[in-house]
Amino acid sequence: MIDILTTTFIATFIAGVIASAIPLVLGSLGETLGEQSGVLNLGIEGMMLFGAYFGFVTTLETNSYFLGLLAGIAAGFVMSILMVMLNIWLGLNQIVIGLALTMIGGGITSVLYFSTYGQTTPRLGQPDVFPIPVLSDLPVVGSSIFQQPLAFWIALVLAFVVSVVLRNTNFGLRVRAAGQNPNSLDAAGGNVVRTRTYVALLGGAFAGFGGAYLALMSAGTFTPFMTSGIGYIAIVVTMLSRGRILWVIASSFVYGISVSVGTVLQLTSFDLPTDVIKMLPFVAVMITLIVFARSSYVPPALGVPYTRGAR
Amino acid sequence: MSNPISDATGMIPLPSDGQSKLSKVMETLVRTILPVVLALLTSVVVLIVIGKDPWFFYSEVFRYGVMGNGWQQTIRLMAPLLLYSAGLIVVFRGKLWNLGYDAQYLLGSVVVAGFSPMLIEVMPLWAAFTVSLIMGTAAGAAWTLLPAALKARYGTNEIITTLMMSFIGIGISNMLVRGPFQNPDIHVPQTRVLPVADMFPQIPGTRIHIGIIISVVVVLIIHLLLTRTSFGLRLDVFGSSPKTALHVGINSPQMILILFILSGALIGLAASVDMLGYQGNLRANINPGYGAAVLPFVFLGRLNILTTIPFVAFYCILDTGGRLASLDSGLDTHFLMIVIALILVFMSVIEYFGVKKDLGQSYLPPGLRRAVTGLFDRGARA
Repeated sequence: MIDILTTTFIATFIAGVIASAIPLVLGSLGETLGEQSGVLNLGIEGMMLFGAYFGFVTTLETNSYFLGLLAGIAAGFVMSILMVMLNIWLGLNQIVIGLALTMIGGGITSVLYFSTYGQTTPRLGQPDVFPIPVLSDLPVVGSSIFQQPLAFWIALVLAFVVSVVLRNTNFGLRVRAAGQNPNSLDAAGGNVVRTRTYVALLGGAFAGFGGAYLALMSAGTFTPFMTSGIGYIAIVVTMLSRGRILWVIASSFVYGISVSVGTVLQLTSFDLPTDVIKMLPFVAVMITLIVFARSSYVPPALGVPYTRGAR
Repeated sequence: MSNPISDATGMIPLPSDGQSKLSKVMETLVRTILPVVLALLTSVVVLIVIGKDPWFFYSEVFRYGVMGNGWQQTIRLMAPLLLYSAGLIVVFRGKLWNLGYDAQYLLGSVVVAGFSPMLIEVMPLWAAFTVSLIMGTAAGAAWTLLPAALKARYGTNEIITTLMMSFIGIGISNMLVRGPFQNPDIHVPQTRVLPVADMFPQIPGTRIHIGIIISVVVVLIIHLLLTRTSFGLRLDVFGSSPKTALHVGINSPQMILILFILSGALIGLAASVDMLGYQGNLRANINPGYGAAVLPFVFLGRLNILTTIPFVAFYCILDTGGRLASLDSGLDTHFLMIVIALILVFMSVIEYFGVKKDLGQSYLPPGLRRAVTGLFDRGARA
């Protein structure tokens, strides 16, 4: 039995929470942008896998975490171009295309991984940390929170930026109008298709970033289907947060805690089976959905393609 | 959520007037077969890009899926997959999304794999079969109850709840395999193996078990239920317009519950038939992923069980042949997943063009049309 209350243990626990929460924060940010504008991105799982794989490969080949993250963002972005063309421009069924994108992302990455690294299963080293002066010398929180890679801080800044953009800018107003009532946005001179296009592309980039963060910073490697449902949890987080970024971050960290608690319980004498630990976050989500069944709210135009003049 | 599938992929009626019968048949064929052809062609390109020989791969698919004893394996696989697609068709007709199929299938499998070796010891074979089938069916149905109740009571988005339940159910089935149902004689996490003598008998002269007969009979009954009864009519009214359903006095919450339970039950039955007829035991962390695989084909069959049958047959060839062909070509078996996804994409795109054609509209959406015409019209601003 490990002593739970040692400082190193708490520090490791906090670091574990952050490692599993940040990919979800990034994915949920992208999903929030999309859902606020009325685009349901059910393919986010595939986009995250794309970002994870191409980020991993790039970092492995170039030894640069920066290029890896960029490649991950680009991969998610490229996949969202396909989604934009099919869902927003052609107005095809967003659920069917979302499922297809999930399968494409999972299929292509696992086929590529199998044929290139399937035998060697390489791992990446530790990413460089970006210590915050003074604060990083604090006990417990210093080594866990204030000695994170730069990408962690970028993710938090991005969350803040998305929050400000959605609430306090004209663009954010257009995004929300496209999700609430696309007809009135059109009548007011906005362009529904263009607004949704920009937002969906951004969402893809966020999902790719989230996937790359998962592979490069949290896991240090790529394994096929490594996202194991984070994309779907991002959709739930988005639906429960209703566009409020603080809630997105808070619920992502609750997810991170439920992942880390599972690991802790396994390390201590409880000896939980791995299956239970993998299930824990989904059980937590399900309980949340049951308790807040009435308050999970989505924009009225979510999933409905916009056709000008159609009633 | 307002109705997310106002443009339900499978439910758009084909044009009925102003066209000869032949051209209608041609159009139906184009709309249903072209997506598959295009997906296969694209997958050939993908194979070339990753440096594999597409001709070798697809000839191996044909060799293992059809030639020799391959066709028997294909028909064997059709038994669970026909039931599976019937289970999906039932909910999709009501425009409800049951995406928790993986867990429903695995829980059906694990219950049958766990209990049937015990049942066989205490009761005659036919009784053990019946009880096992009922248990597997009930397990699949039970796993839809929570999402169905939430949808019926609070309108909670069933896509999300079924997906979450799917992850939980997969975990539970793995736990059962490692825990109470673990074969005590070995260390590999798997259930006890059913002796071949205690499995479904085979059709004389073949290696096809009688599960296919059960499957065809059940599927035909479901087809009659959907097309020839007042329940089927009410289901279609409910699916095409919940508002109309309200006006004609259809009990929507009850309908949602019935559809989900029926869907889960059929998927659970599919799992039980495959377990009793072919698999005989279940290993941990095995997920055949049949649900996502038959998904495009129920849409291509336009949510009609009879027209879905040839597509299921096609997929079974692809699956039986493809898994072995992947091994031979040094490919990951998830390659088939890409083919399935491509079929979904092409299906949606071709359906879009078909609808535009029926409405006599331009094929291009407004944004794209401006972009294209803008190229030729330099004076105008796109």
